[in-house]
Amino acid sequence: MSNRATNILVPLVSVILGLLVGAVIMLVSGYNPVVGYTALWNGIFGDLYTIGETLRQITPYLLAGLAVAFAFRSGLFNIGVEGQLIVGWFAAAYVGVAVELPKIIHLPLAILAAAVAGALWGFVPGLLKAKFRVHEVIVTIMMNYIALHVTNALIKTVSDGGDRTEKIFTSASLRSEFFQNLTEFSRLHYGILLALIMVGVMWLILEKTTLGYELKAVGFNQNASEYAGMNVNKNIILAMVISGAFAGLAGAMEALGTFEYVSSKGGFTGIGFDGIAVALLGMNTPLGVIFGATLFGSLKYGALNMPNEAGIPLEIVEIVIAVIIFFVASGYIIRLLLLRAANKKKEAK
Amino acid sequence: MEYVVEMLNIRKEFGNFVANDNITLQLQKGEIHALLGENGAGKSTLMNVLFGLYQPEGGEIRVRGKKVDITNPNVANDLGIGMVHQHFMLVENFSVTENIILGSEPTRMGVTNKKDAADKVQALSKKYGLNVDPYAIIEDISVGMQQRVEILKTLYRGAEILIFDEPTASLTPQEIIELVQIMKRLIAEGKSIILITHKLKEIMDVSDRVTVIRKGQGIGTVITAETNPNELASLMVGRQVEFKTEKGPAFPKDEVLDIRDLVVLDYRGVAKVKNLNLNVRKGEIVGIAGIDGNGQSELIEAITGLRKVKSGTIFINEKDVTGLKPRKVTEAGVGHIPQDRHKHGLVLDFPIGHNIALQTYYTKPISKNGFIDYDKINEKAKQIIADFDVRTQGPHELARSLSGGNQQKAIIGREVDRDPDLLIAALPTRGLDVGAIEFIHSRLIEQRDNGKAVLLISFELDEVMNVSDRIAVIHDGEIVDIVTPETTTEQELGLLMAGHKLDDNVKGKLKEGEDQHVE
Repeated sequence: MSNRATNILVPLVSVILGLLVGAVIMLVSGYNPVVGYTALWNGIFGDLYTIGETLRQITPYLLAGLAVAFAFRSGLFNIGVEGQLIVGWFAAAYVGVAVELPKIIHLPLAILAAAVAGALWGFVPGLLKAKFRVHEVIVTIMMNYIALHVTNALIKTVSDGGDRTEKIFTSASLRSEFFQNLTEFSRLHYGILLALIMVGVMWLILEKTTLGYELKAVGFNQNASEYAGMNVNKNIILAMVISGAFAGLAGAMEALGTFEYVSSKGGFTGIGFDGIAVALLGMNTPLGVIFGATLFGSLKYGALNMPNEAGIPLEIVEIVIAVIIFFVASGYIIRLLLLRAANKKKEAK
Repeated sequence: MEYVVEMLNIRKEFGNFVANDNITLQLQKGEIHALLGENGAGKSTLMNVLFGLYQPEGGEIRVRGKKVDITNPNVANDLGIGMVHQHFMLVENFSVTENIILGSEPTRMGVTNKKDAADKVQALSKKYGLNVDPYAIIEDISVGMQQRVEILKTLYRGAEILIFDEPTASLTPQEIIELVQIMKRLIAEGKSIILITHKLKEIMDVSDRVTVIRKGQGIGTVITAETNPNELASLMVGRQVEFKTEKGPAFPKDEVLDIRDLVVLDYRGVAKVKNLNLNVRKGEIVGIAGIDGNGQSELIEAITGLRKVKSGTIFINEKDVTGLKPRKVTEAGVGHIPQDRHKHGLVLDFPIGHNIALQTYYTKPISKNGFIDYDKINEKAKQIIADFDVRTQGPHELARSLSGGNQQKAIIGREVDRDPDLLIAALPTRGLDVGAIEFIHSRLIEQRDNGKAVLLISFELDEVMNVSDRIAVIHDGEIVDIVTPETTTEQELGLLMAGHKLDDNVKGKLKEGEDQHVE
């Protein structure tokens, strides 16, 4: 079998298998899978509004996926995208509320604040890894909790004891009248353009710059990188900073686009953790992240329609969605099975 | 004559690639049969067919005259075929006995009976003169000893036919001598051996017959006593091979490398280089001869900036480079062919073109304003690939998928192309076949003839004797003597490397011995 054929066939077979197993789960729980999947489809593509909302949901996944993928390509596992996203969210919302400036300054400033906050949150584990060889997984996990509770406390302070900030000034908003008119007043905002630009930025850094060459070399083989005269520690820190900045931007999407405020949270948003799956589904390439984020965003948003339209409890829906993603993620098992089947055929000949 | 194993007209394909094409190998009972071929000639494929790891597309295998179908390694085991792998398959923190019985543990009432097993191992070890302690832990014993454990493993399982895959690749000269004795002992006890190798010296020393394969084709089988290394080499490579690399006299000029009272510590803080003094001049090759672990690695790493210097100074072209970062040392005019090409020399998951740019990727015209020009990288890589005869599909092929020899040629191309004043070549020919070795040696000499300084580190005495203009013998972190290849012998070097001082008496005796050795 040619390489290209398997590359197309594998994800396709994976999705179909996932849907089939999901259908079985619905069947044994006493729900009609056809009705369930129709509801899922309508939840994603039903009308212009749901399409707009689906795209809106995809936006932060894109950036969170980029953040994880970028770190992976540099040989680092940034499990702290969640925390970096939360501080980015807060920073953008704070800048959006605290001052009122002309849009041309205010919006970029708020976005920048989110990127810087995320970058800073990535810098700490990067520094610890570079200087003291502390594993980034431990530090970033802990930084997630710090982010969650520190922002909660800050929100309380900023809102005089409340649990959410004011709405941001429109001068800092990513909301788009144009997109709203196009999609029957969904919350789709200009952030999706920014996210797509960032996909290009990641590609540019990795494939076209000297820095990208170094980051990838360090990611693959630190010894050879050192031999070649690269500053391994600098590259580790930079990789975490850039990854954190992507994550911070994901937070800005929520702060300046979807919600236009930040409220204190009882737990994590989950977007940062899903970003790990998005990156892995996309094999850590910029284009792959678009695929992963689209799949994740669509399923997550479309699933919300399943309890409404098909009466399937949210718990079952989440199991079904997880099963589909599980099958896509186990693409290599499918690949193996396909290869084995192909070999059998060859031997039979 | 009775054959214990016959592999007749074996053919093995991988997709469109024919790894073995019509190869015949017949092993007589009680002989050591060498299987000779360059890297990638198909030796391992053929042996994996015999061991049941691959199924052949054509031909047949007979064991003791009977046609057999070896579908997996267990079948091979049952037929009495055992393999001593090049990379040992041992559990580091298990004892010798535990490793040997692994997978077929003898039990008494459900409890592993190690005592009986250890006794059996002890008896086998004695019978074949292996001298292995059944209770020793693998990580505590030497590489040579670990190999004997691998041999014992096959014997314990009742192997009558032993396949040795490149058994001397990681052994010291002394261990090689012992291995040869063990192999002869095994033969005397009625075993039969297939020896996979590309080292001609070994073949001449121990084998009875040699089967040569080249690019997957069986070239033929010759009787060792009726051939010579030159003939074998040309059979293997397909053309005449020069052993003694052509080399004119050296005309050394100014000093390029000057090391004074250098002290370097290893990671535990123990001094591995002790007050070492050495200089290398333009237009000469200085070889460092020594047994592995006498401070060679630490010395190179200190010169190239990969390891901290405790005290002393290193000058390159009269510039003090002590303690500088690797890049600064490189830019001071140093090229470095590292001893471990997978660890330091290459980013294996990068294309070969990226790897060839590893020392120049940040310089103009490849890199401009932070952007990198991969077209320029590939252009340059193509030139080096052509100049240094790197066999690859092109600059886009992953470094990982090149053979060892071609990986090494790419590294040498990268380092030599920058035209460094000092070229440090650490074990540049390790694991390579004669064709590649010849090529690399001539490149080193070419550098010298172009007025550059070359520092060669090698564990192979032939190589040091052949290529160097001066030989510095290192023992326990010190240069114990500096000799010239014309006025010394391998025996003399061997003694120096082992830490003996040579007085005139010993020298005289060695000279006599050497005279008798001349063929």
